[in-house]
Amino acid sequence: MRTIRAVAGKEIQVYFGSPMAYIVGLIFLALTGFFFVIDLGNPFPEASLSNFFQWSTIILILLAPALTMRLLAEEQKLGTIELLLTSPVRDWEVIIGKYLASLTFLLALLVLTLYYPLLLFVFADPDPGPIYSGYLGLILYGAAALSIGMLTSTLTSNQIVAGFVAMGVIAALSFVHIGSEVVGGFLSTILSEIGLKSHFDDFDRGVIDTKHIGYFLSVTAVFLFLAIRALEFRRWK
Amino acid sequence: MDNRKTDNLMIQASELTHYYGPQPAIEDVNFGVKKGEILGFLGLNGAGKTTTMRILTGYMPPTQGKVTLGDCDVVEQSLEARRRIGYLPETVPLHTEMPVANYLKYMGTLRGMSGRRMKQRMGEVIDLCGLGDYPKTIIGKLSKGYRQRVGIAQAIMHEPEVLVLDEPTNGIDPHQIVETRDLIQDLGRERTVVLSSHILHHVELICQRVLIIHQGRIVAEDTPENLSQRLQGNDRLQVEVGGPAAEVQAALRRVQGVSAVAHRQQQGRQIFTVEVRRGQDVRDEISRAVISNGWSLLSMQQDDMSLEDIFLHLTTQEGL
Repeated sequence: MRTIRAVAGKEIQVYFGSPMAYIVGLIFLALTGFFFVIDLGNPFPEASLSNFFQWSTIILILLAPALTMRLLAEEQKLGTIELLLTSPVRDWEVIIGKYLASLTFLLALLVLTLYYPLLLFVFADPDPGPIYSGYLGLILYGAAALSIGMLTSTLTSNQIVAGFVAMGVIAALSFVHIGSEVVGGFLSTILSEIGLKSHFDDFDRGVIDTKHIGYFLSVTAVFLFLAIRALEFRRWK
Repeated sequence: MDNRKTDNLMIQASELTHYYGPQPAIEDVNFGVKKGEILGFLGLNGAGKTTTMRILTGYMPPTQGKVTLGDCDVVEQSLEARRRIGYLPETVPLHTEMPVANYLKYMGTLRGMSGRRMKQRMGEVIDLCGLGDYPKTIIGKLSKGYRQRVGIAQAIMHEPEVLVLDEPTNGIDPHQIVETRDLIQDLGRERTVVLSSHILHHVELICQRVLIIHQGRIVAEDTPENLSQRLQGNDRLQVEVGGPAAEVQAALRRVQGVSAVAHRQQQGRQIFTVEVRRGQDVRDEISRAVISNGWSLLSMQQDDMSLEDIFLHLTTQEGL
């Protein structure tokens, strides 16, 4: 536990001490703010965060890899991984520690977006249900996206490669449900079931379904598990 | 290997072999290091020094063979073994965006130090490594020599029983090398130190025992002094004499214990190289032989074959 905290603490320090994270955060807030506001510009605006949630999932395709790509790729590039892996720290503690740091930063960003619902509550009378469930869905979606970024960062010492591959995988998983409308039958069910996005939309509608929660947690667990195995494999190659 | 005792060995490596591809990077490497000993690995780049050290530190398991630290197997009880080790990799990898003290604290925590112990130790380590002026400096802004010190500082932070330093004197200026040497010798009093270098002089200066590793195999193992003895067979004296060359040569050859005398002219001076059977001191007799003949003895010097020669010797001759 101490070592996880040490690994996570160091990464959180780096996040909050580096301009990169602030730039990424600023872009995230600017974009989500924009999508929150244009919805309110309609002639008959709806006091909901649906637009913000929907666009956030798209932005997360870029944001999550930007947060995770450095985490292990840089250690491999600089060689600092040699000191990390010769410290009395288990491989899973390294992955979990770094993952928790990225999740913490994402949660901090989401906390900053809380003024959107705050504005709605002050100036209108929104339905609180979909707002709570939407945030829960967004956190789960983000957690899964970050775990994918964790894996790609473990696999290469090149941050750019790690980032782009993660974007590709997250994008593919986000949009795969579109394919389910084209093909029919059994394949259609599979495509819509494995997609991140098709599991997210219920949250946006105010539905909290344990099936969807289970799905996101499973995706996260699988990618984190693969990342741990990838790190272990590094030693043996 | 004959002078090795199995008791009080801190590190014991047996039959280490490691493959990266089809060629072995190291093959059948055996050695032991006693508690409190400073052992040097000497070898050219690519000889297998770094591979050996990475195995010692538990960074990667060997393809074959076994290393124990005290009573821990570095593969089977990896975590426990890693707790006892401080390591400085060859490239001195540091988190360059962190300030020195924060970095040391991070490394200390990773090695399981408590906050209170860290507070005490931080000041000591910073003093010991001469980093007193820079605890808050970002590591990336330090010079190469100071980064090296930070590298050593992180390795000794948690007071490990075993220190593994890969090329600790590499790429720093001569003045800093002397400081680094003093630091390592200081540390070596309480700990077991294994270091590597491709610069013979450094190993000779710092280490009590040297392993010469060549093409993945250990080709020699001894103290720096014994190695030169072993390879030399004869001691050699350089004697400068003013007198008729042929007669001087003959007179020197008659001295008890001298096996050969060679003569050469060097910048108008007459130098005689006298080969003496190992372990005999004939300087007294030589000076008497020269003076009793009425010649002048201008200088006499014992030739110590440096480890450098040994190294060349060893690495150019197969099968030694």
